[in-house]
Amino acid sequence: MTATEKYRNNFLQEVIANVEEGEWVRMCMQCGVCSGSCPLGPHWEHPPQEIFMMIRANKRQEVLSSSSMWYCTSCYNCIARCPRGLPITHIMHGLAHYGRKLGVAPKELPTIKFSMLFWENLVQKGRVNELKLGLRLYFMNGFMNGIKTALKMQKIGLGMFLTKRMTPMEMLGGHGCKDAKGLQAILKKAQQIEDAKTVKQG
Amino acid sequence: MTTEIVATNQTILVVGGGISGMTAAIEAAECGKQVILLEKNPSIGGRVAQLYKYFPKLCFPTCGMEINTRRIKMNRNVRVVTMAEVTKVTGKKGDYSVEINISPRYVNENCTACGDCSNAVSGEFANEHNYGLNKRKGAYLPFAMAYPQRYVLDPAMIGTDDAAKAKEACKYNAIDLEMQAQTLQLKVGAIIWATGWQPYDANKIRPYAYDRNPNVITSVELERMMDPFGPTGGKILRPSDGKEAKDIAFIQCAGSRDHNYLKHCSRICCMASLKQTTYLRERYGNEGKATVYYIDIRAIDRFEDFYLKVRKDDNINFIKSKVANITLDKETGNPVLNGVNTEGYHRYSNPHELVVLAVGMQPSVDFANLSIDISVNEHGFIEADEESGMFAAGCAADALDVNRAVQSATASTLRAIQVINQLSAAEA
Repeated sequence: MTATEKYRNNFLQEVIANVEEGEWVRMCMQCGVCSGSCPLGPHWEHPPQEIFMMIRANKRQEVLSSSSMWYCTSCYNCIARCPRGLPITHIMHGLAHYGRKLGVAPKELPTIKFSMLFWENLVQKGRVNELKLGLRLYFMNGFMNGIKTALKMQKIGLGMFLTKRMTPMEMLGGHGCKDAKGLQAILKKAQQIEDAKTVKQG
Repeated sequence: MTTEIVATNQTILVVGGGISGMTAAIEAAECGKQVILLEKNPSIGGRVAQLYKYFPKLCFPTCGMEINTRRIKMNRNVRVVTMAEVTKVTGKKGDYSVEINISPRYVNENCTACGDCSNAVSGEFANEHNYGLNKRKGAYLPFAMAYPQRYVLDPAMIGTDDAAKAKEACKYNAIDLEMQAQTLQLKVGAIIWATGWQPYDANKIRPYAYDRNPNVITSVELERMMDPFGPTGGKILRPSDGKEAKDIAFIQCAGSRDHNYLKHCSRICCMASLKQTTYLRERYGNEGKATVYYIDIRAIDRFEDFYLKVRKDDNINFIKSKVANITLDKETGNPVLNGVNTEGYHRYSNPHELVVLAVGMQPSVDFANLSIDISVNEHGFIEADEESGMFAAGCAADALDVNRAVQSATASTLRAIQVINQLSAAEA
């Protein structure tokens, strides 16, 4: 280490370049009102204002592999109270997404699993198939757990069927948008553009 | 009765009779200029008259106010008009026409401030001077040091039995229930706007429960509580149960530096809260305990010494955190402050006996929506304009402490005097 080590904020630059709403991280004045306002505050590893400070302190690995961003429930309390108007919820989602794209996000989080199931379900037909999504969620944590959850939820399922909120017919293909193939092509193209945009940084 | 006021384009009009307006008026008058000082309240003195102590010397504003009042009283060049508001301004630098509306006081200059009218009446109203912390009579002297020393009748009393009782009680024939509002037209050469500030409405900061929790008060209310002749006789009493509060939390930036409320830094609140922490030691010695919740302490230049002195006191704690919200401990009535201490990221839920919100400063007049040709910045403070004969003094120009407000007032006086001098040079 040299005596005049350069102030390293490479990671902040990376976040600004690659993370949605990432340029706002610079605006944080560390007042802590977001962390204090977060309903999940006591449960997660790093509250938002700590994450922002870690980004500035170049803690790349710790931030991107953190589970914290995946705890955000999008209640928007932090955005409502932030004195500088940072879109904190959106930054959290942006960071979560970026970490997953780089493959460093934690693997076993239920919120990540759910997000993936939801996405896969959605892109197939361009509409969410609630029946299939629900069933996949039941069996997310193993076969026996799935059976248990299904039995526990059967009354609700029946109720939804009787009030025409859900039909078993959805199992056979299900409803979709007019041109699911076209949608998939659009998404593929978007992904290519998105990948090309990502600035490679070390 | 009508008020006779002589004004020419050699006259300087000062709008607002707080510390800035008083300073501007006196200094122009003592330089030999003709000055009219307008005040919308029944007495001059403004917000400074409502303070217990000044920072950083911790002396009493009443002392300095008395000197200034006396200077005004002694000077023939100043004409003080109370209960007056400007309604219209036309014209240009060196030649302004101003329309003024004077509200009836219902008490004429015969008044000796004996107080018989006040004793005779029974109706009570919220006391503006004490931010509504107590009540005053319908016939009242605004506060002990009021100038002019003359009683006022609340307009809501007119036409009631109380008004008749007050008139009957007066031995000096000073009460005139027929007094009407009047409109005056003045010609003046220059105008100094010293319209001052108002505390930011604490109710707008919803998470701080100002309207829901009686033990959450504002910094200006604490100043009134400290006054020995104030609503609590100089004691810091909890509004919920009237018990003395010895463990007090101060929340900084309550409404300031926040894009949801006031964007600007109000500049005085850090020093005001530091000053108020010293009140606790003054009242309770070692028993008083203060906790300051802050984002950063802005004790600028020489005030740093004051901050360091306060910081040394073991009974005063500093927590670096913007408080997220305030809840209520129902059993004790204590407000509970919730948030995260950003020095170490410790989550806290701290109960305190009383919470003081260091509320922000906002201009008391919304110039942007008046038909007066004056430009304001995004925070509503008046912008300097080289071409104009109108100048802002004190908190009409920016969020300032007393010291800087007075400096600003002197500066505006000099500019106004220049306008008048240039004018008389051109006419000679």
